[in-house]
Amino acid sequence: MTDHTVASFDEELNEMRSKVVQMANIVNTQLQNSLTALQDRNSELAEKVRLTDQLLDDLDSDVERSAVEFIARRAPVAVDLREIIAIIRISNTLERIGDYAKNFAKRLDVLLETDSIRSSERLLSHMVDITSKMVTDVIDAYIRRDIDLALEIWHRDQEIDAIYNTMFRELLTYMMEHPHYITTATHMLFIAKNIERAGDHATNIAEMAYYIATGKALDMERPKKDKSHLAAAPDVEE
Amino acid sequence: MNIQAADTNITTDREPKMQARRVNVFYGDTHALKDVNLDIYADEVTALIGPSGCGKSTFLRCLNRMNDTVASCRVKGVMTLDNEDIYSKQVDVVQLRARVGMVFQKPNPFPKSIYDNVAYGPRIHGLARKGDELDEIVFTSLQKAGLWDEVKDRLDTSGTALSGGQQQRLCIARAIAVNPEVILMDEPCSALDPIATAKIEELIDELKGHYAIVIVTHSMQQAARVSQKTAFFHLGNLVEYGDTVEIFTNPQEPKTKDYITGRYG
Ligand SMILES: Nc1ncnc2c1ncn2[C@@H]1O[C@H](COP(=O)(O)OP(=O)(O)OP(=O)(O)O)[C@@H](O)[C@H]1O
Ligand SMILES: [Mg+2]
Repeated sequence: MTDHTVASFDEELNEMRSKVVQMANIVNTQLQNSLTALQDRNSELAEKVRLTDQLLDDLDSDVERSAVEFIARRAPVAVDLREIIAIIRISNTLERIGDYAKNFAKRLDVLLETDSIRSSERLLSHMVDITSKMVTDVIDAYIRRDIDLALEIWHRDQEIDAIYNTMFRELLTYMMEHPHYITTATHMLFIAKNIERAGDHATNIAEMAYYIATGKALDMERPKKDKSHLAAAPDVEE
Repeated sequence: MNIQAADTNITTDREPKMQARRVNVFYGDTHALKDVNLDIYADEVTALIGPSGCGKSTFLRCLNRMNDTVASCRVKGVMTLDNEDIYSKQVDVVQLRARVGMVFQKPNPFPKSIYDNVAYGPRIHGLARKGDELDEIVFTSLQKAGLWDEVKDRLDTSGTALSGGQQQRLCIARAIAVNPEVILMDEPCSALDPIATAKIEELIDELKGHYAIVIVTHSMQQAARVSQKTAFFHLGNLVEYGDTVEIFTNPQEPKTKDYITGRYG
């Protein structure tokens, strides 16, 4: 896109954009570190994740403050207006995803004291990978104004929902058959639910990226594969 | 006369107050407006925006034939008011300008009393027979222009003794006094401070619904604040016309976007 006649207009926008990119990178590291901490039974790493969350909160406040100033001073319109509003929301959304990563790490206090359920950990690892990739790609779609990529990511969320459903059923069965694993399974379930929510948030960012680029809302019905609200405990054989 | 909206960018079933069809304007060799089609509606404010020299004032002046006073100026195409061709031989230009009033960039009160500034039009158009009828017109016009309270005790003082913002509202009162149907404003706030500007904008808001209003402005924010429809001109072409909200959130033409977002030239 052509530059603004007033160069500082673009400089200020770019500064906010790069903060959002930075936030996305931190979010991904946070998700991966939580997962690694679980897999390697590393409570120090879990502690690091909890502390690092502050960084995301600070960046989010930064971006919001700059955006409000930008609106007050520059009165942006059209694509600039759409982007500045979306930047505030994208930054908030990344901060929320960061909270899920932190919550993941918090649960490790208890989880690392219990016996692990390896197959569920593998599913969780898969969910985290897909979510991280979604976050990376969706920020890319936003920065490059790539509508096709935004749409593709928007549909990707279904994969996460599908894995989550599998995991939900598996953990439920585990709890029924081995009460010993109830604590582990419950925490794993909450973590999985949080990652599933993180995927939803990444989908929201895809909608914002689409809106910035086109001025139109992506208002088709959201594809949904999370059917866990319909699930009941499976029958257990005596 | 009825003009088909076909082959124009206008789709609506409301009856326009004024219509421009294939309007071309030349000043000698300068082609100032090119095939402009535009509808003006009675119950809304239409803002004309665009870079300097794009033809906004030219278009505005065509709407009440102010261009007749420019010797080198030729107007082609059709312009109507309530479906009547305003350029037809039968039209009395003085009468036309009473129906389509104008407020200029620089407030230009006559060097007469405040009262006479407002009473001038009604007098020459014979709108008031008796003195108290004239008083009534002066009162309601100043009232509508939001100036009455500030000047009611000094109607005899000269209009030129008022502040710039007050003078501009006096000019609006003067335009209103002859019962116009359309009010044209060419950058009415460019010489005013933010408070005086806000008062004029508030006034435009109140006048909307009683008059069709067309305003030329260089302030994108002002266009966004006061108008319901926006027309973007560029090099004599009408590039884009639409709902103001749409133009300022999601303009369709790249030229419009570049201009309103400050990426122009
Ligand atoms: N009286 C005139 N004689 C000759 N050329 C004129 C005259 N008035 C306007 N023009 C030319 O017609 C074109 C359109 O001018 P116009 O005044 O309509 O522009 P505008 O959009 O109102 O610009 P601005 O924002 O600077 O007021 C310009 O090229 C201008 O030089
Ligand atoms: Mg002009």
